[in-house]
Amino acid sequence: MTSHVIIEFAGEIPEPLLRAQSVAGKFFLMFFAIAVFAVVFGLVLFLASLFKGRTGEKFQGALFVGPAVLLLAVGLMYPAILTIIQSFRGKSGEGSFSTENYVQMFTQPELLLVLRNTAIWVILVPFLATGVGLLYAILIDRARGEAFSKALIFLPMAISMVGASIIWKFVYQYKQTSRPQIGLLNAILKALGFETQQFLINAPLNTLMLIIVMVWIQAGFAMTVLSAAIKAIPDEIIEAAKLDGVQAFKMFRFITLPSIRPALVVVITTIGIGTLKVFDIVRTMTGGQFDTSVVANEFYNQSFRFDAGGLGAALAVLLFVLVIPIVVYNIVQMRKEA
Amino acid sequence: MALNSKRRILALTGVLAVALTATACGSSDDDGGSDTASSGTSSIDCAPYKAFGDLTGKTVSVYTTIIAPEDGPHIASYKPFTDCTGVTIKYEGSREMEAQLPVRVKGGNAPDIAYLPQPGLLKTMVATGAVKAAPPEVEANVDKNMPDWKTYGTVDGKFYAAPLGANVKSYVWYSPQAFKDGGYEVPKTWAELLTLTEKIAADNPGDEVKPWCAGIESGDATGWPATDWVEDVMLRTAGPEVYDKWVAHEIPFNDPAVATALAEVGKILKNPKYVNGGFGDVKTIASTSFQDAGKQVMEGTCYMHRQASFYAANWDKGTEVGPDGDVWAFYLPSVDASTHPVLGAGEVTAAFADRPEVKAFQTYLSSTEWANERAKTCGTGGCVTANINADPNLLKSPVDKLSAETLTDKTATFRFDGSDLMPGAVGAGTFWKGMTNWITGTDDKATLDYIEQSWPKS
Repeated sequence: MTSHVIIEFAGEIPEPLLRAQSVAGKFFLMFFAIAVFAVVFGLVLFLASLFKGRTGEKFQGALFVGPAVLLLAVGLMYPAILTIIQSFRGKSGEGSFSTENYVQMFTQPELLLVLRNTAIWVILVPFLATGVGLLYAILIDRARGEAFSKALIFLPMAISMVGASIIWKFVYQYKQTSRPQIGLLNAILKALGFETQQFLINAPLNTLMLIIVMVWIQAGFAMTVLSAAIKAIPDEIIEAAKLDGVQAFKMFRFITLPSIRPALVVVITTIGIGTLKVFDIVRTMTGGQFDTSVVANEFYNQSFRFDAGGLGAALAVLLFVLVIPIVVYNIVQMRKEA
Repeated sequence: MALNSKRRILALTGVLAVALTATACGSSDDDGGSDTASSGTSSIDCAPYKAFGDLTGKTVSVYTTIIAPEDGPHIASYKPFTDCTGVTIKYEGSREMEAQLPVRVKGGNAPDIAYLPQPGLLKTMVATGAVKAAPPEVEANVDKNMPDWKTYGTVDGKFYAAPLGANVKSYVWYSPQAFKDGGYEVPKTWAELLTLTEKIAADNPGDEVKPWCAGIESGDATGWPATDWVEDVMLRTAGPEVYDKWVAHEIPFNDPAVATALAEVGKILKNPKYVNGGFGDVKTIASTSFQDAGKQVMEGTCYMHRQASFYAANWDKGTEVGPDGDVWAFYLPSVDASTHPVLGAGEVTAAFADRPEVKAFQTYLSSTEWANERAKTCGTGGCVTANINADPNLLKSPVDKLSAETLTDKTATFRFDGSDLMPGAVGAGTFWKGMTNWITGTDDKATLDYIEQSWPKS
């Protein structure tokens, strides 16, 4: 009877703690969560302090890793396994076992187009962004106003993907040649006497136009990391090379490049993984229309708009499989360095 | 009995808590606590809602696609109900509602009531098993007030969702002044419409001014205005019976009848001489937002823009909408003047809970009292409902009046927007996408074949 009443009561209070609606309630929930965190943390520390000595260290290690492993298992592993199972259960993700989704993914023309676009993105963005960043880093290295030049190219990093997409959408804006232009790029075309272009409509040009946005954002990241790596090259090596009469290009090829190789690998793989997941730019600028869709965008459409959770899951699994080699390569490279 | 009184005390505690938070938020409306204040202040007869018991202090959550600035008037229309019952309506509008609702329902976090803009989405949601059948009070209201629309809230013979708002899609917006200046008459038949189009094109050579302007860009939903074109023309070239078969997939999507309709649409939308006034070539239709497209009528760069009654809200401030105003709409003519097919659409209200307060609110939304209140508290327009017993004289905007007239016209044959009735994967997916690609260059046959192969097998 008592328990029944308690359940009733939970239904009656206007604001259950975990679904707080008011500002005060939300703050209360926040402090509650922080308190829970502190208690768990304190408990772990306390338990760890109980173990002493060599064997005790192992227990301590397990205790420290425990909460993280638990959270990863619940928040990452469990949904990942569910997604994989779902991808083998037909279009809706709720039927019996079938490989239909994967067959469809590699045979249906629209989905093949999505795969092609993703391939173009993954090949072009990391190398273009890294190339631009590297070139810029070398050009401004020890030049006057280096900090300012760096800040300039690093700024786009501070803009969200959606924000950047909206900015570039204005840059690409199309108006008939005879009318006043509001898009920067078409205004330039018109001033030079060319016909204005519908950059976001005409395939396959439009995919390249979207890629430019990603490169614009990521080049700053590449530049910063690579610039730091270049600065870390010992002066003695550079001086020795200079004494040996090494020319500028050879200096780059035989001194700079080998020295910053680890940084290059990190930059390329990081941007590569980020590019595989690209979603915001495509969704904001074209919505995946006009043959510009990529895997992440298609995954969203299939799962949440077309009621095809299974096919969406299969696309997510594909994304996961594609990321693995990049991550493995990254780890292998890091091991080599260590 | 003991339990009952206990419950009441607990409910009262809950109410007190609500009142406390309400004061904290600076709200002056805290009559929820007392029983006497909850009646008498309302402008309608409270009896139908009193029948659901004492609902004071209860909350009903509503999830919709109707967002600012149209949400304000909508919320205002609930006042008589909240005055009657003391129920709080928690209104949440989102552009992403159609994508988010299934996620929330799956996650066990469904709203009490959702206004679904497509009956097709109702079908999907009913399939999840989460939608509650409409209470008898609602069904009685619908039988009385909107008998013809009942079918749009019915899935597999079971009635779930009462229709809410309604709109008419078969309109062509134009400037009466521009027509007068050009010596053009409002066309009465489809053939006359094509002749008029040709005449305007001949009178306006060059790239600047075209007979038509169109735009189908609409974010996630890009393509839908083009599907409306096909549906409207399909109703005219194939007739309502074939239209129904097409929507129900009793004839394939690439049937010759559909091909004829699409070809007829293509005569206008794919003719670079006829479109896209003020924007450029045919392809610009795909990148022009549907909100912007018609504004060229006011700029004088195009003469006609086919769009639903709700487009009235899109004209710039100060534009007078009316038969003698700056812009007005004419009925998209049928093949011959003797038939009047009308394409329209609207929302249906699906409930995911069957608590008494939810049922009471559903009952209110399907009542004539609500329809009239909606008309009275209407903002800029778009307040027509499917309710045939609502007082049309309460509608303020001329377009709403025209829509109500069209909807209740006995000689008209009404059909619901076909893409809204088709399975979501087609009606809100490949049909939109196919039409977008059709605009940017895919031919008729490839477009129809693509949509046909995407129709769910089961």
